[in-house]
Amino acid sequence: MHLWIIPLLPLAGAAINGLLGKRFARGLVTTIALGSTALAFAMALWVAAQFAGLPPDQIPHIERYATWLGAGSFSADFGIYLDQLSLVMLLVVTGVGFLIHVYSVGYMEHEGGYYRYFSYLNLFMFFMLTLVLANNYLLMFVGWEGVGLASYLLIGFWFLKKSAADAGKKAFITNRVGDFGFLIALFLLIKHFGTLQYDSLWPLIGKYPIESGAAGLLTAIGLLMLVGATGKSAQIPLYVWLPDAMEGPTPVSALIHAATMVTAGVYMVARSHLVFNRAPDAAMAVAIIGTLTAIFAASIGIVQTDIKKVLAYSTISQLGYMFMACGVLDYVGGIFHLVTHAFFKALLFLAAGSVIHGLGGEQDMRNMGGLRKHLPYTFWCMTIATFAIAGLPPFAGFFSKDRILWSAWSNGYRSLWLIGVITAGMTSFYMFRLWFLTFFGDYRGPNPEAAGHAHDAHAGGSHGHGAPHESPMVMVVPLIILALLSFIGGWVGVPHSLKGSDHFDAFLSPVFHAPAAPAEGAQEQGESTTELAFTGISVSIALLGFLSAWWLYYKRPELPGRMAKAAGGLYTFVLDKYKVDELYGAVFIQPLIALSLNVFWKGIDRGLIDGAVDGSAAGAREVSDEMRQMQSGNIRSYAGWVAVGAAAVIAFMVWRGVR
Amino acid sequence: MNFINNNILTIVIFLPLAGAILLVFFPRRHRDIRYFALAVSLITLLASLHLPWYLVRGQSGFQFERNIPWIAHPNIHYHLGIDGISMWLVILTTFLMPLCVLISWNSIGDRVKEFFILMLVLESAMIGVFVALDLFLFYFFWEATLIPMALIIGMYGHGRKIYASVKFFLYTMIASVFMLAAILWLYARTGSFDFVTIQSMIQGGQVPGFGNAALWLFLGFFVAFAVKVPLFPLHTWLPDAHVEAPTAGSVLLAGVLLKMGTYGLLRFNLGLFPDQARRNAPWIIALAIIGIIYGALVAMVQPNIKRLVAYTSVSHLGFVVLGIFSFTQLGMDGAVYQMLSHGISTGALFMLLGMVYDRRHTYDINEYGGLATPMPVYATFFAFIMLSSVGLPLLNGFIGEFLVLSGAFQARQLYGILAATGVIWSACYLLWMYQRVFYGAVSNPANNSLRDLDARERVSLWPLAIAALVMGVAPMLWLHSIDPAVAATLRQFSSAVQAHAAHAPGSLVRADFTRNGMQALLQVIGR
Repeated sequence: MHLWIIPLLPLAGAAINGLLGKRFARGLVTTIALGSTALAFAMALWVAAQFAGLPPDQIPHIERYATWLGAGSFSADFGIYLDQLSLVMLLVVTGVGFLIHVYSVGYMEHEGGYYRYFSYLNLFMFFMLTLVLANNYLLMFVGWEGVGLASYLLIGFWFLKKSAADAGKKAFITNRVGDFGFLIALFLLIKHFGTLQYDSLWPLIGKYPIESGAAGLLTAIGLLMLVGATGKSAQIPLYVWLPDAMEGPTPVSALIHAATMVTAGVYMVARSHLVFNRAPDAAMAVAIIGTLTAIFAASIGIVQTDIKKVLAYSTISQLGYMFMACGVLDYVGGIFHLVTHAFFKALLFLAAGSVIHGLGGEQDMRNMGGLRKHLPYTFWCMTIATFAIAGLPPFAGFFSKDRILWSAWSNGYRSLWLIGVITAGMTSFYMFRLWFLTFFGDYRGPNPEAAGHAHDAHAGGSHGHGAPHESPMVMVVPLIILALLSFIGGWVGVPHSLKGSDHFDAFLSPVFHAPAAPAEGAQEQGESTTELAFTGISVSIALLGFLSAWWLYYKRPELPGRMAKAAGGLYTFVLDKYKVDELYGAVFIQPLIALSLNVFWKGIDRGLIDGAVDGSAAGAREVSDEMRQMQSGNIRSYAGWVAVGAAAVIAFMVWRGVR
Repeated sequence: MNFINNNILTIVIFLPLAGAILLVFFPRRHRDIRYFALAVSLITLLASLHLPWYLVRGQSGFQFERNIPWIAHPNIHYHLGIDGISMWLVILTTFLMPLCVLISWNSIGDRVKEFFILMLVLESAMIGVFVALDLFLFYFFWEATLIPMALIIGMYGHGRKIYASVKFFLYTMIASVFMLAAILWLYARTGSFDFVTIQSMIQGGQVPGFGNAALWLFLGFFVAFAVKVPLFPLHTWLPDAHVEAPTAGSVLLAGVLLKMGTYGLLRFNLGLFPDQARRNAPWIIALAIIGIIYGALVAMVQPNIKRLVAYTSVSHLGFVVLGIFSFTQLGMDGAVYQMLSHGISTGALFMLLGMVYDRRHTYDINEYGGLATPMPVYATFFAFIMLSSVGLPLLNGFIGEFLVLSGAFQARQLYGILAATGVIWSACYLLWMYQRVFYGAVSNPANNSLRDLDARERVSLWPLAIAALVMGVAPMLWLHSIDPAVAATLRQFSSAVQAHAAHAPGSLVRADFTRNGMQALLQVIGR
């Protein structure tokens, strides 16, 4: 199918714009960047149509192009592995990616470095497509590191600001910590299986029994992969980079730090399902990490006042749900939530970006309010997205989140289910809090003239801001499309308990070699009724979240402040994100720098080694002062030393040899 | 064609030297001297490209061999030859040289003629080191690199250049004496300086008294090479030499001279003393891993950019030593690849530093900040090369690092795990440095008016940037010839070790193929 064209299209766009874009008119830059992405999306659709026609025994469809790296008996291809899982990812990445490219045209209109921005964005698309389409882990790692690079470049896009440059660096280094784990997992695979090619690996791994008693090789591999995934997908303990990553332009936050890149960890776990299926301890660790991250991040999200920070913590929390799903071995549920989340979270970020754009860079929700009159399209799109993430039917997020919670319960993880349900309530609460604070009440912003102090460095001043205003059509249309998807996107996976036919499950299940759907048609009715009851619970808790938010931020807006004051230290502690950054700084970073500077460099290198070297040199100088009395030429003295030294060594060796 | 194949190595070695001799008679017109030096280095590069073109890949042993008696007493042969390993080091040398000439175009304004003479002499000596198969000849070329390099640092350097030059000279000179002693011992017992002859005599057990002397011989060679690499704790000459050396000197020092050390370890320490290499591997690997981590951490806190990059060499060359002493195909392939790719990346980094030094005459990081604004092209090149040095996949650094690490991991899991932390450290020191130098607003007014790269500077950087990309995307172009050469070295090595093990049973190295990952991990860490 010539699938290689898909990733190479955005790469070509990135290269052309990156090398020559400076001399291009903006229109040309836009055409190249959007054109390459649009073509990639069109080709993805065509591939999907072709894929539908493939007989089941030709799935996965594998294309090999060349050997990238071969040494000894090890080799890794440039090649593509297309199955249902990578097809879903392909469509999400190119589809959502294209919409965000379009939106960016409006958002970045007044920014310097326009060509640079689109070059990076295209580069990101290339690496992300490499990640999801690769036919071996090494090539996946290429994409994995590459998206990290694109993320670094885009977070630090406004590099004149120290906070942006800091955030980019932090993201890259934190991800590297995760990559360290991923690499070790790869080394274990190479050592024990001799290959990283998926199609050779799967049968080999498939021969291993389930490591239920003692943890073994697959458990180790699974845990190390999890380390990698916690970096890329911002899970405990490596999530700290994602909130800071909001320094990047908002469309970047939508594409990279919400819809696509951060889900790479989930994709990797799902791709490695054979490992996790056989390593219950590793899968359990995935589930626990995911669940804890979900509730932990949600709790921080409740108190944040920066609109993007709320969404960032919400992303971390929702990614936690996906990990929870994979950990309880409901990979389909994880990927389902990945897809719906890509729709509604991209929409939330883009709508937030539209708000920020409309307010000339304002990101603090305390300075918003009443915006539904000024930004009607944005308001309605945001509303749909909020309902979707809150898990209210029939919006997309409802179906996927409900499925995950049900899987957790029905697979016996009841405590995880409970935490998940509580998190669902918190999610609904902080999202409606955001919704009320932003769009209802009265506008609390400064008078229009003063608006324009860029938080986002999104220079508002350049196009004279008056009152809050709706964004241009090029930004609104992507919002509307995503809103549509956030509304109906879940309908592909309506569970059987709700009289649906769950196409999504039927489509993806073959990848995971699982029988389709836990509640397959003719299964006992009781199960289905229980599932329905649990759906009721999730919906009620979401409504509860809505009502509390309504009470606190609409009906009685003076209450939250008083509550915060009553909570005192606890409130500031949560507002300060539990001071985890400070903890890491004090425990890891500062000691490491102090150790390197004072002990290694000044102590060992300069003091000990150079001290010894210079000391013996000084000693030698004294001796050679004596020698100078006898010797005249420098060269001869060197030669003499050489001879004497050599003779001494030889004498010693002969003595050793004789003995 | 036969004539060329027989003499190509001689031609490649002596072209630069012939150029240097011609330069002696040149009038002191700087422009002409520069163009002439550039032409000579380019012709040498072209001539050296004959080697990969006509190398026969599958063929074992040395190729383009030339072995003629040179001096009867002592029995010294003019014996040259290359395999897939040394060939690429020759190409690396001839590839970097024209760029070094370009980079010195304006920055060397004084005693220009002497400078280029020294550079060309140095090139001949470096190539000689990689192709000599007679130990005496090897030693001759080895020492011959010292003098021009010491003079380049001492005459054309800055700051404490005399201290740095003398430190460099004495450090390597003293260490080389031990190698000379070992070579003389071997000659005394075998009557030959020939590498191949000595190798087969040692393997055949025909060297009297070898068993008792082997360790000392191994160490004699090892010390000379370890200083050159440089291996922790023998590395402290390197930062001083780099900081004070002129740019071209640094490029050649990091790009080529350090590889003479790792090449020596691979060719002579493994080739001649395989059993000793295996026995001593644990502590050598320990030093290599210390170097990887320690070099990176010390690099991180350097206030001087050039010293920072110098310490990264300690870290990166630690990978090479680790790969060599892992005795695995992957590890050794990776080690050779890392030698080449370090030459490209670090060579380019030093060139970039030289360009900004030409403008501001300082390497102090605090003097910079916000350079991306006045010098965007420079910042882009720098970022690209930095990424190649960090080991970003699809650029050159990744291939070597990945192969070395997975080879080391195969040898012993703990080696791979400890060394793999290097991927974190390298990101830390380079990204942090990059941020302090390039990001933010321009903090020092002196940097506001810096001009961006000119055409000559871009021309000298593009080849390296392209090489970094091609080496990352199509490593097979190199590995196709490296892999068989390494396989041959490894075959020879393991048969020798096994032969020895037959005499002394129970000493054979046992790769621990433990099946249970987590338990193995814990066990290994516990050990």
